[in-house]
Amino acid sequence: MSLLQVDNLVVEFPSRHGTLRALDGISFDIAPGEILGVVGESGAGKSLTGAAIIGLLEPPGRIASGSIRLHGQRIDQLSNDQMRHIRGRQIGAIFQDPLTSLNPLYSVGRQIVETIQAHLPVSHQEAKQRAIRLLQDTGIPAAAERIDHYPHQFSGGMRQRVVIALALAAEPQLIVADEPTTALDVSIQAQIISLLKSICKERGAAVMLITHDMGVIAETCDRVAVMYAGRIAEIGPVHQVINQPAHPYTSGLMAAIPDMNSDRERLNQIDGAMPRLNAIPTGCAFNPRCPEVFERCRQERPDLMPARGTQAACWRVEGAV
Amino acid sequence: MSETTQPLVVAHDLAKTFDVSAPWLNRVLEGQPRQWLHAVDGVSFEIQRGQTLALVGESGCGKSTVARLLVGLYAPSRGGLSFDGQDAHAAYQSKDAKAMRKRIQMIFQDPYASLNPRWTVEAIIGEPLQEHGLIQGAAQLQARVAELLQSVGLSALDMPKYPHQFSGGQRQRISIARALATAPEFLVCDEPTSALDVSVQAQVLNIMKDLQRERGLTYLFISHNLAVVRHVSDQVGVMYLGRLVELADTHSLFSNPQHPYTRMLLDAIPKMHDTGRARTPVQGEVPNPLNPPSGCSFHPRCPLVTERCKTERPAWRELKGIHIACHVAS
Repeated sequence: MSLLQVDNLVVEFPSRHGTLRALDGISFDIAPGEILGVVGESGAGKSLTGAAIIGLLEPPGRIASGSIRLHGQRIDQLSNDQMRHIRGRQIGAIFQDPLTSLNPLYSVGRQIVETIQAHLPVSHQEAKQRAIRLLQDTGIPAAAERIDHYPHQFSGGMRQRVVIALALAAEPQLIVADEPTTALDVSIQAQIISLLKSICKERGAAVMLITHDMGVIAETCDRVAVMYAGRIAEIGPVHQVINQPAHPYTSGLMAAIPDMNSDRERLNQIDGAMPRLNAIPTGCAFNPRCPEVFERCRQERPDLMPARGTQAACWRVEGAV
Repeated sequence: MSETTQPLVVAHDLAKTFDVSAPWLNRVLEGQPRQWLHAVDGVSFEIQRGQTLALVGESGCGKSTVARLLVGLYAPSRGGLSFDGQDAHAAYQSKDAKAMRKRIQMIFQDPYASLNPRWTVEAIIGEPLQEHGLIQGAAQLQARVAELLQSVGLSALDMPKYPHQFSGGQRQRISIARALATAPEFLVCDEPTSALDVSVQAQVLNIMKDLQRERGLTYLFISHNLAVVRHVSDQVGVMYLGRLVELADTHSLFSNPQHPYTRMLLDAIPKMHDTGRARTPVQGEVPNPLNPPSGCSFHPRCPLVTERCKTERPAWRELKGIHIACHVAS
């Protein structure tokens, strides 16, 4: 059975000019031990999907319909109090900027111990031992001394390791990692990705990895969901989506990335920009930018349907399989 | 004529040192020493007219400081910069400063921070035109701004709009139009696409390449993204802790990197079509630039380190047509 099931999730923001639909019918699931990548351009709704799952939607944003199930139990209707017990204990979160996810006034040890004690019935001494072990596991040298240091005494890469230790503190089964390597240099990024990967395999935790970096997705994930304007455009096994994308948006996106192995004079560009929430076109949201658009795309909105090895929301793939 | 082979930009042993000492009172009372940060420490390169030199490196390696030295936002602590045969820094100090600034322009990383939110696009792009006295009268200004907007793929109808009405990629195109207003020969681009999404990044890179071809522009392109660098540049310089460690033409740098640090950076790039392959993570982190390691500053992370690397700083030398600072490479 899947660990996390998201079914037809709709997130809305009421505003003065009417209600804006930021997520519109998102469905996916994650199995235990699986890494699902969520990729897309700014404003596609990647982070919002993550925030909805960990119950941290900023008001006035709200889940208008659909459901989120963890172990088959609905978690989208829980009160803030109930959700607080799930967050940290069953779902861990890693955010982009390690400096803002740590409290600058507390030593990192105190922050990890606090998290452990909030969720697990252990003594302070035990919690401290666990915190040291966690810091060791995440590759921080001299963990026993470093535990009393403050966040500003760590470098960016080391700080992100502390944040990962913090997310793992209560041994959650699901980790939502929102752009965990975006603020880091490419050399440090590789260290953090391999750490995240090995630690999840060892502990059998499922990961939802949100990023805009296709390279990171390619080397880390089992499956990937490509988002566009609040919907999933394509979802499937990572090698399939990257090498044989079915949705025109996915193929355009892949061709726009400068590649180390090809010598193209010009990059493929997708003209225009993603629509704003208050101006989503009728039919398929991608139709004004799509090179393969036809009449039906402008009128009817496609849902995910089976395509070559993946699922794509595109009228072009209908019947092509 | 010999002028055709003369490089447009020549940086010779360029250095910038910042005083990061504790305040005077602390130094006197607590006996704290003066401290200097060598942000850029002896960087030399040449750029031919119409070509692109890219500088890559991790955060804090001094890439952006080099950019600021080139446009005259900082004065160098040592070394010199010549532009078209002229001493650029002497020119920045003299009454010719305006003429020099007209020929060298800069594009910044963040198109959200580099455009004044309270100015219209017309005012933003028109400012350098008026400042340098390049146009007379409102009609001429509008015509020129419209032309500049069209050259970056925007429309003359965008003139009365404000920056917030544009997407990130469009804003970056407005800053390119502004940089092009004075018809410069040399553009310093400091991470021009780092804040943009990939599909938009492709639009901006394509425009930059088109403009280079049409107008013979010369670029210094700063980026931490090696794939982007490979796509746009003719020459690449790799920086580490304020120094160049390798400088080579793009093809040989990517096909046959010589410096261990360059190899490490190339290995660290995720390979897209090789799904599931683990990268070789780079060991260690960039050391504190206030207290750089002795000898070659890369030695604590280098897989090929020898005793000599720990004590003696490698000289900047030529090796089979490339430039490199390494004892081991041969």
